[in-house]
Amino acid sequence: MNCDEFVELVTAYLDGALEPAVEQRFAEHLTECDGCDRYLEQIRTTVAALGQLPEQGLAADARDRLLAAFRDWPAG
Amino acid sequence: MVETAPSDSALPGDVVIVARLRARDETMFAELIDAWSPGMLRAARAYVADEHSAHDVVQETWLGVLRGVDRFEARSSLRTWVYRILINKARTRGVRDARTVPVGDLGTTGDDHGPTVDPARFRGAGDPYPGHWHSSPPAWPSPEDGAVAAETRRELAAALAGLPARQRVVVTLRDVTGHSGDEVCELLSISAANQRVLLHRGRAALRAALERRWAEEARS
Repeated sequence: MNCDEFVELVTAYLDGALEPAVEQRFAEHLTECDGCDRYLEQIRTTVAALGQLPEQGLAADARDRLLAAFRDWPAG
Repeated sequence: MVETAPSDSALPGDVVIVARLRARDETMFAELIDAWSPGMLRAARAYVADEHSAHDVVQETWLGVLRGVDRFEARSSLRTWVYRILINKARTRGVRDARTVPVGDLGTTGDDHGPTVDPARFRGAGDPYPGHWHSSPPAWPSPEDGAVAAETRRELAAALAGLPARQRVVVTLRDVTGHSGDEVCELLSISAANQRVLLHRGRAALRAALERRWAEEARS
């Protein structure tokens, strides 16, 4: 497998969606290629950071309005 | 991959949540709003023009949840059902804001073909090692460093906003709010193959944006 093929298979690999034979070639390439090892690591870093984007909730007044609407909601 | 959002861990199961909402248990509703609104705001932001619109969409979604919870049939998870309401409202709002994913057009387009890494980064046909890196991607500063982590988040938020709409929506749902691939296909009515192409292209573009950011840093 070449590096330019490897970089296009990274997402399928992380989803566990590669055909077994392709996954084996992918894994073999990974063990012998520092560049692709780093590329995969940087994709993982990117994905992990996306999961940590700043947590922002609803403003207190909006939350209060929703809770008031809930209180006034007729029982089902 | 992540099957449920980390913020879900403190919540009871769907059956309990729905029963408590139907019994008009306000504490349960408050817990749900607090646990899910941050992710819902980010998902709404993938469709609408600004933060203000995103807040409106999330509030409308919770009112929709109130209206529908007595009729919820558990054909999907509660969270997926809530997100389906959210995405419908966000799409409608996005149309009004003139910033939206063309409805029913979440397939791949011309933006979604061709290599995701600049071909110039690889050796050409005349080289003894065609298709291999000219040189490895440069190392990045450690994400353990708080300042690096903060800069990474800033850069990613900006780069995410600049992605083509379809990629932005899929990356947000998969990586920011932690939905599974199957859930995203269900939410957006797209095939598994399309979902993966959009996710892959989006992630590759975001990695490239971070690479550019750290290269600038190294030069300055």
